[in-house]
Amino acid sequence: MLKLDEVTIRFGGITAINQFSLEVPEGQIYSIIGPNGAGKTTLFNCISRFYTPASGKITFDGHNLLEHKSHQLAKMRIARSFQNTELFGKMTVLDNLLTGLHPSIKKNIFTIALRTGSVRNIENEARKRAFEVLEMLGISNLASELVESLSFGYQKMVDIGRAIMMDPKLIMLDEPVAGMNNIETEAVTNLIVRLKEEMNFSVLLIEHDMSLVMKISDYVTVVNFGQKISEGVPKDVQNDPVVIEAYLGEGDLDVKAE
Amino acid sequence: MKKIIIYTVILFMLMYPLLVGFSNYYLTIFFMMSVYVITALGLNLLLGFGGQVSVGQAGFLMVGAYSVAILSSKVGLPFIVTLPLAGIITGIVGLIIGLSAARLKGHFLAVVTLGFGISVPQIILNWQGLTGGYSGMSVAKPTFIFGIHFYYVVVLITLFIIFIIYNLVNSSLGRAFIAIRDSEVAAQSMGINVPLYKLLMFVISSFFTGVAGGLYAYWFSFVSPNDFTLATSFLILAMVVVGGLASIPGAIIGAMVLSLIPHYTDQFVGLTNLIIGVLMVFIILVRPNGLASIKKMSFKNLTFGKKVGNKGVIKDAEIG
Ligand SMILES: Nc1ncnc2c1ncn2[C@@H]1O[C@H](COP(=O)(O)OP(=O)(O)O)[C@@H](O)[C@H]1O
Ligand SMILES: [Mg+2]
Repeated sequence: MLKLDEVTIRFGGITAINQFSLEVPEGQIYSIIGPNGAGKTTLFNCISRFYTPASGKITFDGHNLLEHKSHQLAKMRIARSFQNTELFGKMTVLDNLLTGLHPSIKKNIFTIALRTGSVRNIENEARKRAFEVLEMLGISNLASELVESLSFGYQKMVDIGRAIMMDPKLIMLDEPVAGMNNIETEAVTNLIVRLKEEMNFSVLLIEHDMSLVMKISDYVTVVNFGQKISEGVPKDVQNDPVVIEAYLGEGDLDVKAE
Repeated sequence: MKKIIIYTVILFMLMYPLLVGFSNYYLTIFFMMSVYVITALGLNLLLGFGGQVSVGQAGFLMVGAYSVAILSSKVGLPFIVTLPLAGIITGIVGLIIGLSAARLKGHFLAVVTLGFGISVPQIILNWQGLTGGYSGMSVAKPTFIFGIHFYYVVVLITLFIIFIIYNLVNSSLGRAFIAIRDSEVAAQSMGINVPLYKLLMFVISSFFTGVAGGLYAYWFSFVSPNDFTLATSFLILAMVVVGGLASIPGAIIGAMVLSLIPHYTDQFVGLTNLIIGVLMVFIILVRPNGLASIKKMSFKNLTFGKKVGNKGVIKDAEIG
């Protein structure tokens, strides 16, 4: 359903993504892994249309995404979460989720101004739906908290929840468990599997946590320095010497960073 | 509790003319409060909820006031037509200003709106054929069915506008505005057309400000180029900041307090600005969420230790 064809992304002189191709099939968990700075988030930002590639094609269900603006993707039912969360901090958790319904809620300014019965019904339905998603995330008790007052782990859940609200065909998750503790990680892992199995979303996942990726992915692509270095089912990728080398290299980097 | 307060306030507003014996002086004080309540709500929609700064709201008041003056005295249209038209004309001007908002941010937007606010009186001064230039324009007093006093019409319109703005803010539109303020990137990913919604904010804000300006023209039966100046724009900004950004009760309280102050201080040169300036600094330092947050604070204290306390606080926050 999502197809990238020889996509190249440059920032000034540097090539962040080089001739990158991938195809995410429907109803699967497709993971992109790779060391820090490999270009994974850049790839997401390009699909989200925040960046425009220097060359290459991106299509979704046959539509040329490069002809669309970022706000038009929601209507095509592509949703995403953000690595560092991009939440509406001064809104409640509930309202954050409700923004996920923006493309599907009718917005007649006159009926809204007068808050007619139909507007109230739509609002109530929306709230009901938001509470279902909160329930699923196990955070309905936080519904009326301001998002900025939550811990990072909960904020990441709200970020994912907001994407779920859009009832997307494709949900893109950028390191959903980064910064989470073991229990939260476990919960989100199960959640991602449920997204695929119960809600029939296709999942495009960027993740650092190797064990998580290997456990739930149907297919894995490995990126390093903006280039695909390996791909396949988790087992094959895990044993690919090129991948092991790339990750060993990163181990050094991590030590230096700390 | 909230209902009781609202009904008490409405009852008071109905009784007020009787209490002051229909004294023009006291009715005018109330009237100017209403004008500023509407205007501050309009700016709060833009700035508090939408995160788009404007230091040119006086310009919209002027456009509204002169729209009414021209449409009623030159074209001869009645109140019920001119007032909405004043809103629409000002809304169109707001649309044009908003076009730059869709491209500009922060300081740049402030400069554009500032320039707009300053240039409107100049345009009016120089467009003598239409506006009468320096000598201003007189406007016929409106009459209403059953001989209802203008005061009550103002009350009705003000309450209606508060109702509308409350509904807009607590809707999918309002959420889109706040979303843009908090993260444009995420707003886009939620399918919010950011430039379009910024335009919409400017149109709504200027529409209501234009209506307020139109009321002004009718109330005083006269408009002149210097009725609303740069100082007015800053006063409106101060009302919103002092009352509380992104708070409807805040904008109302801020507008009421700051429109009263000049009545007591204007005989001393510079005192008004001094007091407003000090008040603003004080609020920013001590209560960054404005006067409206004082109520929230006490609420929090009351429910301190109770586990369910949160819900009430957040509910409060939603309306204010
Ligand atoms: N907007 C940008 N401008 C310049 N360089 C960027 C920009 N976004 C990303 N990059 C660069 O692209 C590379 C890939 O970054 P990123 O996609 O965030 O990596 P990852 O998500 O895999 O850790 C990095 O070298 C980063 O500095
Ligand atoms: Mg990243």
